[in-house]
Amino acid sequence: MALKNIYDVVVVGSGPGGVAAAIEAKKNGADDVLIIERDYELGGILVQCIHNGFGLELLKEDLPGPAYAQRFIEEMLSLGVEYLLNTMVLDITPNRHLFVSSREHGYVEIEARAIVLAMGCRERTRPQIRIPGMRPNGVFTAGTAQRWVNVEGYMPAKDVVILGSGDIGMIMARRLTFEGAKVERVLEIQSYLSGLSRNLVQCLQDYNIPLQLNHTVKRIMGKNRVEAVEAVQVDDKWNFIPGTEEIIPCDTLLLSVGLIPENELSRKAGVKLDPITGGPYVDETFQTNVPGIFAAGNVVHVYDLVDWVSEAGFEAGKRAAQYAISLRNAESRYIPLKAGKNVRYVVPHKLDKSTLAQEDIRLQMRVTRPIEQPVWIEVHDGENLITRKPEKYVRPGEMVTVILKTKNYTDVSKANSLTIDINPR
Amino acid sequence: MQEQYDYIIIGGGVVGCMVARWLSRYEGKILLIDKAADIGMGVSSANTAIVHAGYDPLPGTLKAYMNVKANSMWDQLAGELNFPFERRGDYVVAIGDDELPIVDKLMQQGKQNGVPGMVMLSGAEVRRREKNINPEVSGALWASTGGICDPFQVTIAAAENAVMNGVTILLDTAFEDFIMEGKRIIGIKTNRGDFLSRWVVNSAGLYSDEVMHKAGIRPEFKITPRKGEYFIFDRAEITIDNVLFPVPSAKGKGILVTTTLHENTIIGPNANEIEDKEDTSTTKEGLDEVAAGALKLVPTLNLRYSIANFAGIRPTGNAPCKTPGINYKSDFIIEIPEEVEGFVNLGGIESPGLTSAPAIAAEVVDMLRDAGEKLIEKKEWDPIRPARPRFRNMSHKDRQLLVNMDPRYGQVICRCENITEGEIIAEIHSPVPARTYDAIKRRTWLGTGRCQGGFDMPRVVNILSRELGISPLEVTKRGKGSEFLFRETKEVEE
Repeated sequence: MALKNIYDVVVVGSGPGGVAAAIEAKKNGADDVLIIERDYELGGILVQCIHNGFGLELLKEDLPGPAYAQRFIEEMLSLGVEYLLNTMVLDITPNRHLFVSSREHGYVEIEARAIVLAMGCRERTRPQIRIPGMRPNGVFTAGTAQRWVNVEGYMPAKDVVILGSGDIGMIMARRLTFEGAKVERVLEIQSYLSGLSRNLVQCLQDYNIPLQLNHTVKRIMGKNRVEAVEAVQVDDKWNFIPGTEEIIPCDTLLLSVGLIPENELSRKAGVKLDPITGGPYVDETFQTNVPGIFAAGNVVHVYDLVDWVSEAGFEAGKRAAQYAISLRNAESRYIPLKAGKNVRYVVPHKLDKSTLAQEDIRLQMRVTRPIEQPVWIEVHDGENLITRKPEKYVRPGEMVTVILKTKNYTDVSKANSLTIDINPR
Repeated sequence: MQEQYDYIIIGGGVVGCMVARWLSRYEGKILLIDKAADIGMGVSSANTAIVHAGYDPLPGTLKAYMNVKANSMWDQLAGELNFPFERRGDYVVAIGDDELPIVDKLMQQGKQNGVPGMVMLSGAEVRRREKNINPEVSGALWASTGGICDPFQVTIAAAENAVMNGVTILLDTAFEDFIMEGKRIIGIKTNRGDFLSRWVVNSAGLYSDEVMHKAGIRPEFKITPRKGEYFIFDRAEITIDNVLFPVPSAKGKGILVTTTLHENTIIGPNANEIEDKEDTSTTKEGLDEVAAGALKLVPTLNLRYSIANFAGIRPTGNAPCKTPGINYKSDFIIEIPEEVEGFVNLGGIESPGLTSAPAIAAEVVDMLRDAGEKLIEKKEWDPIRPARPRFRNMSHKDRQLLVNMDPRYGQVICRCENITEGEIIAEIHSPVPARTYDAIKRRTWLGTGRCQGGFDMPRVVNILSRELGISPLEVTKRGKGSEFLFRETKEVEE
């Protein structure tokens, strides 16, 4: 696939929000739509979510993550959306230029009339919740472990403690149990579950994995690999309750302690972020403070259900297409004025066709060399002569003027450019 | 037959690697060993990354002499070894009027030590230069020769230059004992066999006491490990442009607020004596102490934007200062002791050890020459260690050129720090090959950002596996016992 220099809509990220945005952008009249994915396949994090529970709201079906993603990917591709894989967007400017890098296409700059940010979110990590102790291998976010097990086909854990009762953590408790690991327990610092109740039942209770509320990890032990964690009970202000410490031998600590919208790129583009959601401030069309830059899905705020992410993507994609089209229409009102035979330059360099509908436009130019005989100053669009004006002679020292009249509007409105030639009479 | 060397260096920290690089200039066969899976994994791996001006050590001590001598060597060193180094200057900040006299004393001390370019600043001037400073600042000592570096890159660059000039490095190789012939050291025993040598250099850092005791030197010398804990912050959220020290106390230079060359704000260290030289754990109390100390200098720091905590261990010795009349109990040891032959003894090299490393290496060469070594300069010695491309620091145009030349630099593997596959592969096949995840992390800064490797880890494991020709199951974080993966998932039966 050859890259174009300019697209109507560029979507950053091919998760459910991005794919939905690309679909609706195309359906709403955007010509060139490009979706950019940093991984080697489309679908975003859904690719590694092989459990079911996706699509109940939107499709009235219970699908695994990859199947849900595939539904929309196929629709998107059938609409003719272009896509890039293994490609990272490294920079976005406020005037919607993207710098993207990949092996296949190299390091390139792409312009977009509208952008949909759909980078999703990332997981909170150990330092953000400040678990003290050693720094051995074996402390992973639940999502990283999920990728290893479900995409790469490797087990990063045998004997596991999970901190945090987020959905990915509970789902990984079940998944690792299926694969023969022992999940010792799930610890949750809050007094309530942080994920969905259905996951508590289907992922923990059905497999006799204990959940301990009001508990956290006080310390990680082990030099090279995790050897144990020290669990502790906390009071309602999250202070450790002395005497409740318990050392749980294990080789892995999985963290499922929250998701944060991924907005480093948004920031580079000048998009303002809400400190509470961690995502951009958006209006009802999901447009950010930067005109033409939209955002959809978990990049705005973290959703519970993928179906709602898709719905947000539909809206953002539709609005991005509308924005791009209005911009494209504005661009196509302008046509360039080209210096042709014996003309050195023309001012103005371009003109707004709609102006000519209202009033005359004066064109001024200088010639390249003198012609000491009668000439025509001819304005044409390549095929049709639109107007011409006689002169007795032309000389570089004397400026030449031609007036485009409102009566020329009909001809000019069909032209993609105007050229001015000087021919002997 | 055992290999015969001219010089064996025990310990591949910044000091050992600098000594190797300095000695590589002369004829002779040189071996550097380290017990870890990579060089620079001990004391050099976790510190504040500051090249000190030299006002802090007590005048008359070896620490003061080496610090000031070495400080002026860093520009040439950075130029030759192509590692990033910036003389940003550093501030010792007095909060409230009570602390002003301490800053004055440091200024005097600095003058005695021969530190150039120091200025006393008013509180108003400090506020003007660093907008985040505690508004109660009453003044500061500004030392213009203070600098910041990336200690991993310094150590690795020195080691690479040594290898380019013929030095052999053996990793996963632990010193066990000396081989003696009377009072002469003729070699060492390691877990990977015996190696003979005319000279052995002790640059074993935290274990320098144990190594010298095996040679029968300074039985009273003891390294007391002192732990220092740190926070690193997300550079998108907090930026401090300056190196801000508090006034020093009995416990050392204190908890400072500084910036790395990667523009991450960093705070720490505290200083607590510990028993176990391997105990790099952070503690809740320790982290709270660091936070409190840093907030004194910069009250607006928001700990929410911390992206990493770590602890480093400093090897505090108990060697008295040799200068008459100076009562100081933990000076550097830099000596060729008389009790044994063939032994260069370096011990107690804690802060300002990183700063002093090039001067210590030069001193080792001088001491050897004084001891009768001929030290014939090699004609082919090349002081330049070329830099490798760093995609994230490049302009759009340079990135374009680089990716056109080698498309592997177009594949971004670390999303937060923008480290590419090309850079990772170059490190795996460099003169001191990166063979573990942490070795790549230290060389490239990969995985150090806000996602802390969550995104790149599976990808880097695959690259290491492919490039080293090993199974992903054998890829480690930092050497044997720190593997990422246990086995493949269950095979699906049709």
